[in-house]
Amino acid sequence: MAILEITHLSKRYKDVLALSDVSLKVRAGEFVTVIGRSGAGKSTLLRCVNRLVEANSGSIEFDGVQVLTLKKQDLRHLRTRIGMIFQHFNLVPRQTVIENVLHGLLGYKSTLAGVLGFYTAEEKEKAFDILDRLGLKDQIHKRCDQLSGGQKQRVGIARALIQEPRLILCDEPIASLDPGSAKKIMDKLYRISRDLNITILMNLHQVDVAIKYSDRIIGVREGRIVYDDDAQKLKKKTVAEIYGSEAEDILFEEQAG
Amino acid sequence: MSTPPAVSRVLFRRNLLFLAGVVFVGALTVGSSLATDFSFPAGLASVPKAFSWMAVNFIPNARALKALPNIGLKLAETVLVSIMATVLAGGAALVLAIFASRTTRPHPAASAVVRLVASVCRNVPVVAWAMIFLLSFGQNVLTGLLALFIGTVGYLTRAYAEAIDETAESSVEALRASGASWLQTVAQAVFPSVLPQITSWMLYMLETNIRDATLVGILTGTGIGFLFDIYYKSMNYSSAALVVLGIIIVVIAIESTSNALRKVIL
Repeated sequence: MAILEITHLSKRYKDVLALSDVSLKVRAGEFVTVIGRSGAGKSTLLRCVNRLVEANSGSIEFDGVQVLTLKKQDLRHLRTRIGMIFQHFNLVPRQTVIENVLHGLLGYKSTLAGVLGFYTAEEKEKAFDILDRLGLKDQIHKRCDQLSGGQKQRVGIARALIQEPRLILCDEPIASLDPGSAKKIMDKLYRISRDLNITILMNLHQVDVAIKYSDRIIGVREGRIVYDDDAQKLKKKTVAEIYGSEAEDILFEEQAG
Repeated sequence: MSTPPAVSRVLFRRNLLFLAGVVFVGALTVGSSLATDFSFPAGLASVPKAFSWMAVNFIPNARALKALPNIGLKLAETVLVSIMATVLAGGAALVLAIFASRTTRPHPAASAVVRLVASVCRNVPVVAWAMIFLLSFGQNVLTGLLALFIGTVGYLTRAYAEAIDETAESSVEALRASGASWLQTVAQAVFPSVLPQITSWMLYMLETNIRDATLVGILTGTGIGFLFDIYYKSMNYSSAALVVLGIIIVVIAIESTSNALRKVIL
């Protein structure tokens, strides 16, 4: 059953067409990766799903709800069920690990409690449990600007998990990490999708990583979907089509890695 | 490898432009000194004389010491007015900056209006604001306070808005994505992120305002500036000198205090 269904979606920034008539379906629990050159529209596609970017036309259905017509309160409610992880982690660097994780609950709280940062004992316990599972137990009261890149991304994952989301959007989650931390983060996200049955929609630069972890790969070129099939069926010729003149560099990287 | 002719032509034109600029500025300087009857050599020649005059007249003596309590009182008044203007303006600027910033503005139109108002507040000099308020409020403390307040609001609104865009944009995006409301985002992501910059800018404005308050006081007839004006015009130079000494000490004290505070915050 499809948890996310995007139909004929288009987005234009002034004179650039970022997405052009994009349609795709994601099944619940599926691990789907979007690949393509920078500027192909991957990031826009992801941000249209939780409406950080407003699409111009088309429709998005998430878990039976029409996303693009939602009003303010309903949109907030929708967003609580969609987690998001970012390339640059997007934490509040001066706050502690646990404070940043608790931010994931703001959407569920009353405005006043959220503004004042009042969290219940249960909520704090939940944050602690998630951090413990992600191996950050000893870092809980550290400020986030004192963490390594991999640790910061794990805080980002914890912030998304505390929302108890059905879908997590991952925007280049390993692009600013060293190879070792990148592998750990990918393994964590893979386990999350398998163990918690959370759907993952991810933008990725590394084709080999995409093939290794994903159930399905979507290739985007100049705002259009040019490939949408099993990860294992992706051929070099298709990668060349998706990446155009950049393909040689990508394939070389693959051989080297 | 030789430089292509097109490139050297561009370089030549740039040199020519620079030369023209230097000549223009030079001509402007000579022209304006002629127009105002200011002779640079004569001005330079009077420097030793000015210093020897200062050495004789501008030394605090017993008479000046009698004025000390009054000087201290006026100095304190000036400092307090500056602090009050800066803190009030800091609060107002924070609210305005949230409306002005690209990251947190509720609507682009709100941002444009706030930026315009802040720009007017900032670009009209504080002394000019003092003159404007002098007409409606007369010579009193409120006039000076208002002038400092308006100038500071203009300056801080812009500085704060830039601080928000620089440091909070990414975390604001993350909180919005998780369903947090606008107010929650401002309170939980924006405030903690910009707190050090906000304090640092406010301390800087406090230093600036204490200096400006002295000048504004001459106009508004209040504070240490006015006291200097009185002593100077009644040829009580030794007391005027003590005023200057007091201002210098206060400015240095405030600056070193705020530097120490900055180190603690950052």
